[in-house]
Amino acid sequence: MILKDYLIIDPHGMHARPATALLRLARQFKSEFSLKKDGNKIQMKSMLNILSLALKCGDTISVIIEGDDESQAVAAFDNFFNEEMKKF
Amino acid sequence: MKGIGVSPGISIGNACIIYKAAIFISGIRVETKEEKDVEAEKFDKAVLSAIEEVNFLREKNALTLNSEESDILDTQIEFLSDPQIRSDVLDKILNENKTASDAVIEVVFAAAQMFGNMEDVYLKTRAADLQDIGNRILNALNHNAQHLPAQFKKNTIIIAEDLSPSETIALDITKVAGFATISGGKTSHAAIIAKARGIPAVVACGKDLLNIENNDIIILDGTSGDVIIRPGDNKIEEYKRKQKKIIEELSFLKALKDLPAKTTDGHTVKMLANISGHTDLEQVFENGGEGVGLFRTELLFIGRESFPSEEEQFQFYKQVAIKSKGKPVIVRTIDIGGDKQLPYFGIPHENNPFLGYRAIRICLNQKDIFLTQLRSILRASVFGNLKIMFPMVSSIDEIRSAKECVQQAKEDLLKSGINFRDDTEIGIMIEVPSAALMADIFAKEVDFFSIGTNDLCQYTLAVDRMNEKVSGLYDHFNPGLLRLIKNVIAQAHKHKINAGLCGEMASDPLATLLLLGMGLDELSMGAASIPYIKNIIIGNSLSKARDVCSNVMKMDNSGTIKRYLEEVSK
Repeated sequence: MILKDYLIIDPHGMHARPATALLRLARQFKSEFSLKKDGNKIQMKSMLNILSLALKCGDTISVIIEGDDESQAVAAFDNFFNEEMKKF
Repeated sequence: MKGIGVSPGISIGNACIIYKAAIFISGIRVETKEEKDVEAEKFDKAVLSAIEEVNFLREKNALTLNSEESDILDTQIEFLSDPQIRSDVLDKILNENKTASDAVIEVVFAAAQMFGNMEDVYLKTRAADLQDIGNRILNALNHNAQHLPAQFKKNTIIIAEDLSPSETIALDITKVAGFATISGGKTSHAAIIAKARGIPAVVACGKDLLNIENNDIIILDGTSGDVIIRPGDNKIEEYKRKQKKIIEELSFLKALKDLPAKTTDGHTVKMLANISGHTDLEQVFENGGEGVGLFRTELLFIGRESFPSEEEQFQFYKQVAIKSKGKPVIVRTIDIGGDKQLPYFGIPHENNPFLGYRAIRICLNQKDIFLTQLRSILRASVFGNLKIMFPMVSSIDEIRSAKECVQQAKEDLLKSGINFRDDTEIGIMIEVPSAALMADIFAKEVDFFSIGTNDLCQYTLAVDRMNEKVSGLYDHFNPGLLRLIKNVIAQAHKHKINAGLCGEMASDPLATLLLLGMGLDELSMGAASIPYIKNIIIGNSLSKARDVCSNVMKMDNSGTIKRYLEEVSK
């Protein structure tokens, strides 16, 4: 299991476009993903759940990845939160 | 049945009803395991067909969707296939004995409400997406529910409560032959769109319109305001004859296309059109328009999730600049607020939106938005003959600040080495009474005036044009309003600047002689009205128009004025 914190850098926060991209990214891996913020933990399969965390720019989110390809997945997530999020 | 005819012409076609379906929870309980399985299966099937529908919408419009619109569709698909929503719905069916549609209403609309209550403006507006997918699933579950086709059949007549600006973008109206709405007025959005496209429209038909069923044959007379439901063969024949006559008359009028609007004694008036984007230009030139007197830029801002970038705006204005082939185009800067709200902009609820935070007031307060628009217009200016116009100006300070912003936008571009036309003219809309009264002073500050009679009328007469109880008082022949208009034109000419008029009044044939007599230089209207108004100008003289004007200015009420104008227009 890997647990990693990321900072939301998109000025608009985690809105539908990055959330869609994130869901699609997660689907490329076999691992299970969940997100945790302020004690709320959600399965990262649902757009509704991701948006309901209401992640704003500057918030920190913990990502929990569990599965055979978790190390590849975390590399992809690093890229997503540090680079891709700038582009939305 | 009779409503108000707002866009002339006759259409005979099939009704397509666009209601917001009433949503209610049936309360039916499913008890047996078999029934529950049937409901669960119905839900899954409905979701699949809703996803198909969204995909179909995307493919159908693949070429015209912008990136924001395509994102909205992506988001909808994610919501439709959301495992959380599915498990919540199935839980309600299997463990709480609800029907599939009751479960969908409870789950999806509860989620929509949760988003609606969020503080974040962006997330707040997702509530609408959730409601939309909820409606799609319910539509698929219940075949009797109203269903909006992705594309209309030829000769469709749209029957609706009213149409909001964002609804009209979502509709592909290229095949639509007319609109009839229950509410609305002369300046409602359906009326403006219908006029621009030259298709008949009747508004304010009242609840009788509810008697229409989908695919009923309807005759729509946009001139008289008559709506005939399920007409007999004789009626259809009668209206086909009328239709033919109108088309013949129109082809005669269109033959005037290349003639200038010149009176018999040699005075010319420029005939311009109101547009919302470059696709409207084709019709402008077909009808003999000599340019654009009002380019509404709001279309670029509505129906999306965030402000368009400078590049996106630049492309939008550039298209218009190129396609207008050197003819003048007056670009009005953002006129949001009032009845045109943007969800992502997050203007809080106002008790008096028309007296509130709108148009130039927003621009001068949030200058980054304004400067982005000004830079993109200036960048596009090298591709044509664009002019910039500020809406809702009420004081000289606003004019000066707005001009400083133009200067700053120019300096920004200079610094980045980007070309623009330094001689781009700057004008203002005269639509607030204080501006009309200050015309003598404002004329020294700008290159042109354009009188926006719709707002000037409602502000001068203190009448909300959307409020049906008082809309009868909304009358552009009110002598008070006429005095203001006359003053604006006179002051413009005294200071040697152009005066145009771009409200509904420009396309009112009853007003043409009067406005001609007041000395207007330019009239701007929906493209389809140009031939009719031009025909009036060509058939009259300036000296007659001046007499008409001086007689009208002596009259003390609009009833007398209208009767007199009807008499002299014969």
